[in-house]
Amino acid sequence: QLERGCALHTAHRDGLSSVSSQDVPERPRAVFHTSESDPAKHTEQHEGRLYNIPLEEVNAVFPHGLPQRFQQQIRTFNEARVMVRKPALELLAYLKGSNLTHPAVRYVIYGERGTGKTMTLCHVVHYCSRQGWLVLHIPDAHLWVKNCKELLQSSYNKDRLDQPLQASVWLKNFKTSNERFLQEIKTQKKYMWGKRESTEEGRPLMEVVEQGLARVRSASDAVGVLLKELKQQSHRGSFRLLVAVDGVNALWGQTTLRKEDKSPVSPEELTLVHNLRKMVKNDWSGGAIVTTLSQTGSLFKPSSAYTPQELLGKEGFDALDPFVPIPVPNYSAKEFESCYGYYLERRWLQHEKARTEDGKAELQFLSGSNPRQLDRLAGPL
Amino acid sequence: TLRLICTTTTAVQKKNVGASGPEKYTEAFIKKQIEEFNLGKRHLANMMGEDPETFTQEDIDRAIAYLFPSGLFDEQARPVMKHPNEVFPEQRKIQWGEDGRPFNFLFYTGKQSYYSLMHETYEKLLNVQKHQDQLIAQDLPLQKEKRNLAGSRWLTKIELEEMLLEKVSDDDYSRFIQLLQKLVALPCADIEEKYIQKFSKEVPVQLQKVVIEPLQYDERGVAFSTGEGKRKTARATAVVYDNGTGKITVNGIDILHYFPVLQDREQLLFPFQFLGRIGKHDTVCTVSGGGRSAQAGAMRLATAKALRSFVTEKEVEFMRQAGLLTVDPRVKERKKPGQEGPRRKFTWKKR
Repeated sequence: QLERGCALHTAHRDGLSSVSSQDVPERPRAVFHTSESDPAKHTEQHEGRLYNIPLEEVNAVFPHGLPQRFQQQIRTFNEARVMVRKPALELLAYLKGSNLTHPAVRYVIYGERGTGKTMTLCHVVHYCSRQGWLVLHIPDAHLWVKNCKELLQSSYNKDRLDQPLQASVWLKNFKTSNERFLQEIKTQKKYMWGKRESTEEGRPLMEVVEQGLARVRSASDAVGVLLKELKQQSHRGSFRLLVAVDGVNALWGQTTLRKEDKSPVSPEELTLVHNLRKMVKNDWSGGAIVTTLSQTGSLFKPSSAYTPQELLGKEGFDALDPFVPIPVPNYSAKEFESCYGYYLERRWLQHEKARTEDGKAELQFLSGSNPRQLDRLAGPL
Repeated sequence: TLRLICTTTTAVQKKNVGASGPEKYTEAFIKKQIEEFNLGKRHLANMMGEDPETFTQEDIDRAIAYLFPSGLFDEQARPVMKHPNEVFPEQRKIQWGEDGRPFNFLFYTGKQSYYSLMHETYEKLLNVQKHQDQLIAQDLPLQKEKRNLAGSRWLTKIELEEMLLEKVSDDDYSRFIQLLQKLVALPCADIEEKYIQKFSKEVPVQLQKVVIEPLQYDERGVAFSTGEGKRKTARATAVVYDNGTGKITVNGIDILHYFPVLQDREQLLFPFQFLGRIGKHDTVCTVSGGGRSAQAGAMRLATAKALRSFVTEKEVEFMRQAGLLTVDPRVKERKKPGQEGPRRKFTWKKR
């Protein structure tokens, strides 16, 4: 299979050299690509291969979800190629077979640093959006517990603190990804924003979002309302809800924020975190909760921690229990081959030695088959 | 009285100046030192409770090391009790008698021992030639026993100077060696073998021939070998197994976690990459001490040494030339007093 791949490789490269650099998708790609761009149809035989997501879909589905380096890669290569890996296939199988009348099942994707947890999450999000689910994607919960410039005291509940900036940013992205749903779903209660503004019952949720965006002060409350509504209405069956949280361990850890009297803020005191915690509890049905643990953004946790117990802490573990753990390992040999072949094909590896077998063995050794390390290594080459 | 004192003092000074040239230590002085040494040896033996008659130099060294423990690093700076002949350098005794006539006939050449040596050697040469002529006259076969030239070397200039107790110039030394070589080249030089042996020294044929250990086999039948390495203060031991996937474990941790820096992993990669065996061996290492870079260097040396058993001799030679098998001698240099660091001086202020 390898030789076939290599032969196709060389033929492909010769073809490329004669034609201009713009790639045409209909041309037969090498072994490690697959033309199947619908995640629903990805099966075991697609494992280790890269599939293409059209760029318009990327902007629509992932306004804020993809990791930074991957976004740069999309811009460089002018296409978004995601590798189909075993943990993602496992998750998709679970989701396909899940019974939506039961309470939402929680999946926790965990693994060491740089093994592809966020990418797995994005794969699942893509699948769900293709299937027509309502996707509630929080790109990184750590952003809500650190580096916040403004903290307002919540008007709804005196103990809690609002974060208008983060909430408004998230609302904007949420709007782009789920426009049509927001038009369809209606509110079930009347909500008062301050003294004068209010949203009546039966209005589309889009108005709540607009309200949050317009009045930044009440953005966090708007988020809370949104989440509550979605949770209440999901079990009716009119839509399926996917809650995708990246870096869920931020919800139960510590924050770096301080109140004005320099006392530390605990996560419960933040409205956003409080509402999100309610969302992640499995007391609702009609959807699924997929979360990832992330050490990179986490606070006060050692860099070697990657298991759920270590990163979530006792509180988080009890709150998330029971869940389905999904470990994400480093690249297998096949996956490494396809990633390496992809970089070669896109002329990302410019060094002459990188094309040889020795170069490949060297790359594998030095990166330890870790996707992030391989990406960083291949950068300067 | 003043004048008397002046004269005596000047006379004493003059005598001292004269004595410091040819003779620093008089014979009487050295004899006294030897007596004192022997007496001291017996005292020491008594102190240590041993028999004074059978007290050897080794026992003396041990006793001194016990009685005067020293923390100095330099061996030559520690207290030592040795026979005066070893302590005081050999000197020329006075070459002329009471009447002022020199003993040696070559005294007035200036380099009497050198010329007498050359004279003797040439005499031996003539002897050998005469013997050779005799053998040829008698039609006897000339004996030809090849001297083992590879295992011996001539005395160095410094050793020759020590032997002759006078300075030898480079030119003279080379002339002497040429003469010796001429002597040895003659077929019947075996007659003067004893004389020649005085000027030749044994050289160990292969200095420290490193023994490459054979491969060992563990329970599963997999071949493995061990190696040790060090760098600065880090010490590492590596066990390299055959039929592996190229994984390396350090102190029970994968290298990706133990060495997050790329540079350290490149150091580990180097021996395998050099031999072209990147994905073939598994390695299990233990390392301690030093910093991150030192540990990486120590592990590189250890894996290279372990890989020697898997590889042909030629490749071992290549590795040695690439510098994979040499211990890096660089260590932290000591800070000197009066300076801020090993080389950095304090800021120089003009006033």
